[in-house]
Amino acid sequence: MSFEKSRDLSYRVRRHTLDMTSRGGTAHIGSIFSMADIIAVLYADVMCHDPHNPQMPERDRMILSKGHAGAGIYAVLAECGYFPTEELMTHCQNGSRLSGHVSHKGVPGVEASTGSLGQGMPMAMGMAMAAKMNGQGHTVFCIIGDGECDEGAIWESALIANQYRLDNFIVTIDFNKIQSLTSVENTIQLEPLDQKWATFGWHVIRVDGHDHAALHAAYAEALAARGKGKPIVIVADTVKGKGVSFMENDVLWHYRTARGDEFNAAVKELEAQQP
Amino acid sequence: MRDTFTRCLEQEAARNPDLVLVTGDLGFGVLFPFMKAYPNRFINAGISEQAMMSMAAGMALEGKTVVVYSIGNFPTLRCLEQIRNCCAYHEVKVKIVCVGAGFVYGTLGMTHHATEDMSALRLLPGVTVYAPADAVQTEAVMQRFLTEPGVAYLRIGRGGEPVLSDPDTLAGYQTGKAVPYQDGTDAYILTAGGILPSAVGAAKLLAEAGYSIGVASFPTVKPMDEAYLAELCGKVKVLITLEEHTIVGGFGGAVCEAVSGFADNRARVVRLGMRDVYSSIVGNQEYLVKHYGLDSASVAASVQAVLEGKA
Repeated sequence: MSFEKSRDLSYRVRRHTLDMTSRGGTAHIGSIFSMADIIAVLYADVMCHDPHNPQMPERDRMILSKGHAGAGIYAVLAECGYFPTEELMTHCQNGSRLSGHVSHKGVPGVEASTGSLGQGMPMAMGMAMAAKMNGQGHTVFCIIGDGECDEGAIWESALIANQYRLDNFIVTIDFNKIQSLTSVENTIQLEPLDQKWATFGWHVIRVDGHDHAALHAAYAEALAARGKGKPIVIVADTVKGKGVSFMENDVLWHYRTARGDEFNAAVKELEAQQP
Repeated sequence: MRDTFTRCLEQEAARNPDLVLVTGDLGFGVLFPFMKAYPNRFINAGISEQAMMSMAAGMALEGKTVVVYSIGNFPTLRCLEQIRNCCAYHEVKVKIVCVGAGFVYGTLGMTHHATEDMSALRLLPGVTVYAPADAVQTEAVMQRFLTEPGVAYLRIGRGGEPVLSDPDTLAGYQTGKAVPYQDGTDAYILTAGGILPSAVGAAKLLAEAGYSIGVASFPTVKPMDEAYLAELCGKVKVLITLEEHTIVGGFGGAVCEAVSGFADNRARVVRLGMRDVYSSIVGNQEYLVKHYGLDSASVAASVQAVLEGKA
């Protein structure tokens, strides 16, 4: 398999979000690019969802806990057909419904608003808990950041999800190794991150978060692990700013907006990668 | 109040199969009947209030009515941002219960004094705040608390509070309504929560001194019963607010905000409560209430000083 659908979607997400953040003068392009392949794989090939019926009861749920990368979710939803891609250009514009941190208000396909770190994951866990109580078979997906793992509520949730054996709950960690001011290593060390989650009782999968074949395999393993008594975490090794050479692995692009020559250079690099 | 709460909760659970009880590892003994009757609708989230509150929001997004139970400041100040972002902004049915209003856990120290919770919860859009005075008021508000849309907060005592409210008066209680206790012509003492007996006692002492003092309690602090306040402002010149809680932004603050907005018939509002301090005094509820001037004799003295122009 060449994974054309997810590769094409990840390209489109990066291309849209470069425009969106540039036009909106907003930050976090590095955090969006690091998870672009993950959300493309999820929405293209993994999750059960229907853009024409966003509230379909049996849909899989997806909560972006690292809400600052919300532009990526808007882009992937628009590309899937939840709303016109033209609306993406209203991102962070006055009067828009597309705020910088992801909002569910009036936006089809967004399950919950996030932006304050450490809150989306326990919300998603509550959704997984309710699904268990209701005897529903859908899966709850959640993407958290690595810096977000500094939040105590992430680890509270890791304990609770294990206690209640939420094996319908798949968390993906966008482990891009850079947070707000500097590297994760120089902030609050997380490694060995996969071992930490394993000792918390989770089924752990570690994967290259930009390798579509590997991501598909990881989610296939995760889906196969449902119903086996453990919540599931995918530790995805990613590169902050992945896709634009001068953004990669540079903390600057947690905040910087590409404009002028930088914007043009980024467009050129991305378009050269178009599948 | 606590036993009334659990009894009403179990009644509602029998009626509503989507009602879920979540506790932050508290409620020993108290929650056992619910746990036994509805083991599949009971979650002990452990001592993890922040995750617990967000989790409750997630469950409520899936259609559950989630009652979150804890004591003191743990289900409120500890997880205030989760209440704001995850619960209130999402307009979900998360019902937060604090046992231990004011100085109920007085001897345990300041960490266990719930003396700023009404202020904190009241300022969040979309959160209804209930502070019943006794078991009768608790029973009256429970149906509303558990069934109305959105987030609600209920602060109650641990039990054994004197019952001053009349069940007939409270029948069919509507959220946002004050409950008059007695009429007066010189001033009114307005209360929220279990401090009502101090107001009634003070009014009695003041009656002996020749003053006619009305008393009313407010089982709902938000929304405030502005119509009733407007009515009182047309009758008396002085309203005294009394709460086992800070006077900053709480019940008294809510009354001030309402009264200051009236175009005419304004009354002076004098707030009695904790005067912007934490208590480091060791003592039980009765002792601390007296220490901070919230017992009947102290309240009577404060009101008399106001009426005589000395305060």
